Amino acid sequence: MELRFDSILSAYDRSRQNVIPILQDIQTHYGYLPVEKLDEVAGYLRISVHEVFGVATFYSQFRFHPPGKHCLKVCEGTACHVRGSQLILDALGRRLGIRPGQTTADRKFGLERVMCVGSCALAPAVVLDDTVHARMTQAGIDRLLDQEES
Amino acid sequence: MTLAQLQQQAAQTWAQFDRRDRRRVLIGAATCGRAAGALRVADAFRSEFERRGLSVDSDTPAASAASAKDRVLLAEVGCLGLCYAEPLVEIQAANGASVLYRRVTPQLVPKLVEAHLLGGKPVEHSALAVMAGEAIPGIPKFEELPMIRQQVRVILRNCGVIDPTQIDHAIARGAYIGLAHALQMGREAVAAEVTDSGLRGRGGAGFPTGAKWSFAARSAGDEKYVICNADEGDPGAFMNRSVLEGDPHAVLEGLTIAGWAVGARTGYIYVRAEYPLAIERLQTALEQMRAGGLSGRNILGSGFDFEIQIKKGAGAFVCGEETALIAAIEGRRGMPRPRPPFPAVSGLFGKPTSINNVETLAAVSSILQNGAAWYTQFGTEKSRGTKTFSLAGKIERTGLIEVALGTPLRTIVEDIGGGVLDGKGFKAVQTGGPSGGCIPAHLLDLQVDYEHLAEAGSIMGSGGMVVMDEDSCMVDVAKYFLTFTESESCGKCVPCRMGTQHLLRMLTELTEGAGTPGHLLQLRQLSEVVKKASLCGLGQTAPNPVLTTLQYFAEEYREHIEEHRCSAGVCREMVEFWIDADKCNGCTVCARNCPVDSITGEKKQPHLIDAGQCIRCGACRSACKFGAVMVRPRSRVMETSEANA
Repeated sequence: MELRFDSILSAYDRSRQNVIPILQDIQTHYGYLPVEKLDEVAGYLRISVHEVFGVATFYSQFRFHPPGKHCLKVCEGTACHVRGSQLILDALGRRLGIRPGQTTADRKFGLERVMCVGSCALAPAVVLDDTVHARMTQAGIDRLLDQEES
Repeated sequence: MTLAQLQQQAAQTWAQFDRRDRRRVLIGAATCGRAAGALRVADAFRSEFERRGLSVDSDTPAASAASAKDRVLLAEVGCLGLCYAEPLVEIQAANGASVLYRRVTPQLVPKLVEAHLLGGKPVEHSALAVMAGEAIPGIPKFEELPMIRQQVRVILRNCGVIDPTQIDHAIARGAYIGLAHALQMGREAVAAEVTDSGLRGRGGAGFPTGAKWSFAARSAGDEKYVICNADEGDPGAFMNRSVLEGDPHAVLEGLTIAGWAVGARTGYIYVRAEYPLAIERLQTALEQMRAGGLSGRNILGSGFDFEIQIKKGAGAFVCGEETALIAAIEGRRGMPRPRPPFPAVSGLFGKPTSINNVETLAAVSSILQNGAAWYTQFGTEKSRGTKTFSLAGKIERTGLIEVALGTPLRTIVEDIGGGVLDGKGFKAVQTGGPSGGCIPAHLLDLQVDYEHLAEAGSIMGSGGMVVMDEDSCMVDVAKYFLTFTESESCGKCVPCRMGTQHLLRMLTELTEGAGTPGHLLQLRQLSEVVKKASLCGLGQTAPNPVLTTLQYFAEEYREHIEEHRCSAGVCREMVEFWIDADKCNGCTVCARNCPVDSITGEKKQPHLIDAGQCIRCGACRSACKFGAVMVRPRSRVMETSEANA
């Protein structure tokens, strides 16, 4: 694991402009940004750890807690909104017993809201892991989760 | 390698791909096609071919035995823009009959293979259009489809037509001719050509592109940069994604031309991380450019060195703003800074920088290929050329379209988009995303160009168009956009940070039935302050959705305040659900889906919702197959009795 982490850093030169790509690689590897790793990033790039935190907290992509095994994202773009994405989000929240931004107690599902995945013509859209599911309905949500849980 | 050599090789590859006597299956596999199940359909084709002993060609020139009986070409192409009909599959039989099929399911695949691909007989009930070959009775030609007929395809010329992972396809269709022209013309002449074309920035603000380049070119310093802004952040817009996925070379060629005109040696393309397929396509395209001598040292033997780097965005709407985008590439918090100095003078790493939108750059490559005079035939005096729009929301034919600027909004909504979904009443079309406004029915004859949209209180923006019908509440729409801008405000300047918070608070109160007449005046006043005093475009335009809805839909605001009524039935605090006994057949599905057990009724008897218990989640409404669950404004009588209880 540690070797892998070193290889993430060494893939980039020690230039400040690489802080975002490095953080993105760390998150791809661990699923989130472990706080202690940010110290090492700061050391490697020779900038203050506060600056690394500043960047990591500014962008919505980064999270500081391990995600669920499966990630459910409800698109809240304009087209999805007018086609009822709020009802989908509520239904998912009820079914999983969590609010957006949270993960189920068994760590199986995380629920997030995202601003537009660009599938507006097929709204409303829900993204399960990396797959976009279009023209979603509340009944569709149940089918999707039943499949995933079985 | 010279361009002529590249073209020669490309022509061969393309001729193989585009052969009319060859069986082929093209699957629209951009993000929206995939969302609708395109990859499952592709798998179904593969297993059907296997079952029948057909071998699948990869479309390289080597696969020249393509007309042989047992072979078929299968390729994934980009988006044709008819997203409402996804997944789209184009099938060509050995006799040249080529038909586009809509909403193809894996179940339909065996029939399509049997009847059309092998038998040469189109399957009429699923056919959308004839793509090539002789006319087929009962199926319209592609060019004659109502959605296509009024479009002008310059930016989208290759989308859905070529395999975007093949540089040869792009080159055979004209890519890099513009770059070769530019390299022969000299830097200043290139900027002048773009100025003559009248091209204005397609990211929203509409600044003349040629002038932008000239400023950066004239700035002192031998190190300069060009950046392609592919951080398409407007919710409800996906034009740039489709172009990047369907024709990445058009954009990369445009960026290289910009680099030449400005005098840069490095270009960046800043893409949203939410667009993984677009990033993948760009990476593939970039490797192909390097291999073909179209990127790197001494491009096409001209002595011009140029490298392109892809930067993945990390999610921040404000990074659509030039100076914030620069900060993001530099590895800082993506916050804007005051201008001047403009990026053309001091931009990335303090060096002169020109930033152009994806669509602007795609237009540049066709302008340099065909000349400024050719481009000026499209559009109006002040708004030249064509513009792509993503049509979404409550409209029959959602999709990606391109029209000449100046086209009336009515043409786009009614002719191309087919009017409002399910025959409902048109209420508004939202243009320009969170920075734009809502245009009402009485302005439908408005010409879509920079000037007329601004006059109506909206903006062109990057090209998102979301249609709203009678079931959309305009107060809710304003609240929706403010929710977005409030959360995306970077917080650097007070008018935007605090202003959006208070606008959102007031709008939330209105939708919850706590509005007062004073709210309207405060909303107007605060909107003006935020507009005038904010540092960057995000804050300066954030009040537009509020101001346009106040202007055009004042009645809805009044109704929310005075009658506590949302006639669209959206604001949950003001509606109630009920079951139409005439439509309900007592199937019990609503009762089983109700999370709070507020629905009662015997099997095969009309059911009833207990309005007191109902949380108005809509689960019953979406589950009911008979359209029996209705929404109506909540009666005041009930509210009073609840208050008394």
